[in-house]
Amino acid sequence: MTTGGWITMIVSVGFVTSLLTWCIYKVMTTSGEAEKMHGFEFETPDEKEEHRDRRPTNHQP
Amino acid sequence: MIAYFISLLIIGMSICWAEWTLGRYAGRFGVHSSPAMFAVLIRKPWAKYLGVLGIIIPIGIYMYYVYIEAWCLGYAVSYLTGDLGRPGVDAGQHFANFVGATKDGFAIGFSLKQVGIFVIAVYFLNFFLIYRGLARGIELFCKFAMPSLIVIAIIILIRVLTLGSPVEGKPELSVLNGLGFMWNPGEVAQQLKNPQLWMAAAGQIFFSLSVGFGIIATYASYLTDKDDVVLSGLTATAANEFCEVGLGGLITLPAGFMFLGAAGLVGQGTFGLGFSVLPIVFSHMPFGAFFGFLFFFLLFLAAVTSSLSMLQPGIAFLEEALSIRRRESVAILVFLTGMGSMFVWYFSQDLKALDTIDFWVGTFMIFIQGSLMIILFGWVVGIEKGFQEAHRGANIRIPGFFRPIMKYVAPAYLAVIFVLWVLFNLLGWNGQFTGAEFNPTGYVLDLIGSPTVPPSTVARLSVGIMILVAVFMLVITSIAGNRWDNLSTHKQEGNQ
Repeated sequence: MTTGGWITMIVSVGFVTSLLTWCIYKVMTTSGEAEKMHGFEFETPDEKEEHRDRRPTNHQP
Repeated sequence: MIAYFISLLIIGMSICWAEWTLGRYAGRFGVHSSPAMFAVLIRKPWAKYLGVLGIIIPIGIYMYYVYIEAWCLGYAVSYLTGDLGRPGVDAGQHFANFVGATKDGFAIGFSLKQVGIFVIAVYFLNFFLIYRGLARGIELFCKFAMPSLIVIAIIILIRVLTLGSPVEGKPELSVLNGLGFMWNPGEVAQQLKNPQLWMAAAGQIFFSLSVGFGIIATYASYLTDKDDVVLSGLTATAANEFCEVGLGGLITLPAGFMFLGAAGLVGQGTFGLGFSVLPIVFSHMPFGAFFGFLFFFLLFLAAVTSSLSMLQPGIAFLEEALSIRRRESVAILVFLTGMGSMFVWYFSQDLKALDTIDFWVGTFMIFIQGSLMIILFGWVVGIEKGFQEAHRGANIRIPGFFRPIMKYVAPAYLAVIFVLWVLFNLLGWNGQFTGAEFNPTGYVLDLIGSPTVPPSTVARLSVGIMILVAVFMLVITSIAGNRWDNLSTHKQEGNQ
């Protein structure tokens, strides 16, 4: 492992770790941000509609 | 790493933010599939056909992704049954036998030592989850599973860094030399002049960040103006980079070097490296079988979340284009991807079918789709409007220097890289202007053959299947086309 290798490794790993830490900090500390954040939400609106349609109804004749 | 981080900055972040923004913007027109997005954003009759790439890519990748998912589940079970994790197991041989890399049809076996039963299980699990809408439970579960996967990876990292020189009689295969193999920069100036390096870096960024897949835009189309697409995109990128550079960069290649040496790593494919090398690391760990099971099982769960996300663009497209319900859309996709997955599963020798589809869809098409998205953002929607859209609901700003990057630098960079990629990786240019020679690479020779080597039937069939999928999607797009064209016109008129 050369000095250049150490520098490359420390800078690269340090950068991505710092960036992720900052992002998580930002999400957790910014007011209302955690509620607004979205990952891959599998229940998309079309899926919700499908669920709504499948739900039994209690309409009286 | 210099080329990698420059690619991350120029194309990774740019396309990522472009996809999040364009997806949400198009969602306001009430469309969620890539062809419809292109139709309403470009407002030309031909535009919708460009967007078909955003459907073909996730479907094509899904066809082989479920096969890899089955490897993960199978490996987890192999640790439970003791087929892996005991001393003396040849991990490379186990991998080849398990996935059927030795012979076509070899993977169609249903013992626990073959991948077959796991392919079936994984395939039905995916569609069960997406059909019944139980995926929310999976997402909830993954909130715990994914952090656990990172914790396990950190434990593996600690073990790798404390291995010393694990191969007896070969002190040169040490931790420090392993890290040096991965991180020593070499002749930087010389390497940066090598176009192959830039192409590899760009390709890696595409796959790492899942940009150019057509998936992000579909999911972003369900977001509202209150959602923060800037921080969401940046956080997703940061998490991917942390796992790839911070964990993967310190584990897989250094560990591979320590056990196999530099020569042993030559010819190890991306997939083979992880599935052949990590079991060796686990065999040198206390409770290695337990950690091996946990690692591959969590990796399987992570893969399930990815494969489920790959289905949504296709589902949204069929729903919109054919005006059908979600269940019918899922049924069509079951048939379509099932045929493709069975093909990849059967033609497992040297993983030829998987490798061919991965190259043409997972590399070639992704390049094109990524380029289209950044051009759409910078030149069709417009950079100022694009930034305005991105910043709706955002608590952080995209730095101003990204304006010229997203408008000029990224498209030019992608164009240059793509031309070089075609010249080197397809046509096999020797890089000389005087005395230029072209020797088409293996992926091309597989299709056209050469005087000495006949074309590969499996490679031709793999490409043929993808062409059939493309034709099918184009026909459906054509059927739905008028409706989308009218939608963009009405919206345009409404805005006036």
